[in-house]
Amino acid sequence: MNVVAKTETGRALGDAFAVVRDRLPGKGKIADQRREAFEAYERLGLPHRRIEDWKYTDLRALMREVLPLAPAPDAAALARAAAAIKLRAIDGVRRLVLVDGAFAPDLSDLGNLDKGLSIRPLRDVLDAGDNALSVQAIATDVSNPMLALNGAMATDGVVIDIANGTVLTQPLHIVHVASGTAPASMFTRSLLRLGRDAGVTLVESYLAGEGAKAYQTHDGLIVAIGDNARLDHVRLVEDSIDAFNISSATVSLGAHAHFNTFGLTSGGHVSRYQLTVTCAGEGSKVETNGVNLINGKQHADTTLFMDHAVPHCASREIFRAVVDDRAHSVFQGRIIVRPDAQKTDAKMMTRALLLSDDAEADNKPELEIFADDVTCGHGATTGALDESLLFYMRARGLPEKEAQALLIQAFVGEAIETIASDALREVAIATAQRWLKARA
Amino acid sequence: MPAVQETVERVRRIDVDQYRYGFETQIESDKAPKGLSEDTVRFISAKKNEPAWMLEWRLEAYRRWLTMTEPTWARVDYPKIDYQDIYYYAAPKPKKTLSSIDEIDPEILKTYEKLGIPLREVAILEGVEPPPGGPQTPNRKIAVDAVFDSVSVATTFQKELKAAGVIFMPISEAIREHPELVQKYLGTVVPTSDNYFATLNSAVFSDGSFVYVPPGVRCPMELSTYFRINERNTGQFERTLIIADKGSYVSYLEGCTAPQRDENQLHAAVVELVTLDDAEIKYSTVQNWYPGNSEGKGGIYNFVTKRGDCRGRNSKISWTQVETGSAITWKYPSCILRGDNSSGEFYSIAISNGFQQVDSGTKMIHLGKNTSSRIISKGIAAGKSQNTYRGLVSAHRKATGARNYTACDSLLIGDKCGAHTVPYVEAKNSSATFEHEATTSKISEDVLFYCIQRGLSQEEAVGLVVNGFVKDVLQQLPMEFAVEAQKLISISLEGSVG
Repeated sequence: MNVVAKTETGRALGDAFAVVRDRLPGKGKIADQRREAFEAYERLGLPHRRIEDWKYTDLRALMREVLPLAPAPDAAALARAAAAIKLRAIDGVRRLVLVDGAFAPDLSDLGNLDKGLSIRPLRDVLDAGDNALSVQAIATDVSNPMLALNGAMATDGVVIDIANGTVLTQPLHIVHVASGTAPASMFTRSLLRLGRDAGVTLVESYLAGEGAKAYQTHDGLIVAIGDNARLDHVRLVEDSIDAFNISSATVSLGAHAHFNTFGLTSGGHVSRYQLTVTCAGEGSKVETNGVNLINGKQHADTTLFMDHAVPHCASREIFRAVVDDRAHSVFQGRIIVRPDAQKTDAKMMTRALLLSDDAEADNKPELEIFADDVTCGHGATTGALDESLLFYMRARGLPEKEAQALLIQAFVGEAIETIASDALREVAIATAQRWLKARA
Repeated sequence: MPAVQETVERVRRIDVDQYRYGFETQIESDKAPKGLSEDTVRFISAKKNEPAWMLEWRLEAYRRWLTMTEPTWARVDYPKIDYQDIYYYAAPKPKKTLSSIDEIDPEILKTYEKLGIPLREVAILEGVEPPPGGPQTPNRKIAVDAVFDSVSVATTFQKELKAAGVIFMPISEAIREHPELVQKYLGTVVPTSDNYFATLNSAVFSDGSFVYVPPGVRCPMELSTYFRINERNTGQFERTLIIADKGSYVSYLEGCTAPQRDENQLHAAVVELVTLDDAEIKYSTVQNWYPGNSEGKGGIYNFVTKRGDCRGRNSKISWTQVETGSAITWKYPSCILRGDNSSGEFYSIAISNGFQQVDSGTKMIHLGKNTSSRIISKGIAAGKSQNTYRGLVSAHRKATGARNYTACDSLLIGDKCGAHTVPYVEAKNSSATFEHEATTSKISEDVLFYCIQRGLSQEEAVGLVVNGFVKDVLQQLPMEFAVEAQKLISISLEGSVG
């Protein structure tokens, strides 16, 4: 039942779009695309629990409204952002920083670009006029209201091109920082095109500058992985505890391409990550792994759509949720095997660990199979920490919290271990340990 | 893994074109005027000689239904149903008041004979040998309530059941004879406002079975209802209510068939089960409505609401279903595990072929403490059919110690069909332990290993495990069904897909 009465806030946003429309980058075809996307969003409005995909994440109840666009960061905001980045700096990466929805060249490393690597702010690409690239960057699946809204409102982002055969050793790191002191929305969109036989590691992280309050991050990432190319992707959500993060990533793989992605969500009041992966080339391989570490009243939703469109592809999903206090973890994973996608090998495993009686974990692993010669499976478990293991450790003198921490580490370890890069695995482990420490 | 040739052959044999119950019985019938209005509801109520409270109840449901919209969330696709183009009541024309089974219209008796359903007690009591090659007559006693279109035509073994204190009669009679029981329980598990089809059923249900097993009684025989749609353009709306009082036990079987027709007929039933302290109900269904022809024309729309309420401590409800028929199946037999230590079970084999669409599964709602549930679902899709398992397992805040194990496996035969799994696992209690799995190889590795070690192939071993698992239930079914069901289940389970 997608009957949607227009809400007060819906109207306010409509008016806001009318106001900012002319200031958004891109004219002509881009502007048309934005208008269509916004109309699609308006038809559905903020998704609510009567829409199947949003059953567990009712944005009308959780978010209530989409805040107005954040103003471009001033010097003070940039300084706060710089401080936040410094706290969570990752060594040896090429940093690309987006502050309050705008690319910040002064905080980014754009010097000495490797051969075959091109990085441009999205705003520049869109302002350069209509072309295939700008159309691709702003292209939107309008059936998903939040993705449509992102397409309509995106102000900036990074457009990364990696030429055929270029294998970068230095990871690229896109940092999203919210730095404005007034609650506002940021709409960013980035595009990564990986050529044939190319390879790169992409890190995305979401941070808050000091004083950033109740902001909303709406991010979109579009990735095209060429034949035989490999992308390693690590995503860390460490937004402030009252923030909203509604993000989507759309990834397509060419023949024999390899995509390894890991996401860790420990921040944000309400977060939703919608990942759509399409195996468009035969023999491609996907590993999707994620961990939610949440407590308090946090709500974290990972919605995965794994589309096996062609034969001979393999996908593996490992998802772990650790839920404490009154937090709510959601995992929806849908594997679809199209009629011709024979010899597909897909497996999904999702496990939730409930640490408190008020915690909630909802798992919805789905299989949609239209081909007969496939191996597909999924598993889902929900439970508490094993009492006998806890007792074993406590009998050997470990305090309860420490014993719990050890078991939790082991629980999420299986997912974290899938990160290919040693350095990034350490970063993820450190993030998990910070969460455990804060708990103790 | 693709299906082996033997499996393919077996499934072909049970293909939709092989439907054996497609004949039609020529019999005069008494029908309500076509269409649905308050008058239709009043007509049915008057036909059934119902008390005023029942009519009010129906009318309230009808008014509610007018405000509702048809659900669209299931993975089924069908043209819009014209609810004004259906007869809501059709009954074989009574010749006179019946005093014994011999006075039932011989055409109806013949129909049930053809279906292999014994309505004559004597034949069964004497244990008459079945003719060689003919349908087997079970040598155990089964009390049968035969529902023909909208009315119950015969209920066997009434006397013997009465001696045990068990009430087993058409619900229309129960409304008149045991209003206190009906009023106390009717609509308490599936309220009139529950869903579109259940509400429609509440307004226009014509007959069905009513069972009450008094405290401490173990029902002396199997109870069974056999539903037959015969009339053209009719919908069948039956309502079954089974109450197992404290410490009692009853096993109930349900079977259904319909003639082969080009039109689609609607079957919207409601089944309500209630178990009080320490009681158990075992409910088995072999659903074999006409599935439509090989082009997907005709067949029954089976939109059924089945729900059991484990109201008492230590109570148990077990659903077993073998689904082979219907053009469209929309059915989720559920258990509300309200009593502490109560348990629910759902064993299902859903086979779809031709253009059949199955969207079936269960709901296990854990409310009480230390409740447990078990879901075993096997879906087999062949031809151009779509077979979906949709299940919910949820533990509420106070359901400490809730335990669930779910295994749903699907087998695809041919590349034009689809098998889908949509489980919802919702835990709101940290002591809940839920497991959901969808790989055959994980069904007790030990047992498999044991079998393989003794010379069985992996596939035979899996078949053995699954067969052994459902065998107890199959044996409880009327022989005619059990043989059919056994045939369906013996289909090997290799090439599994979650």
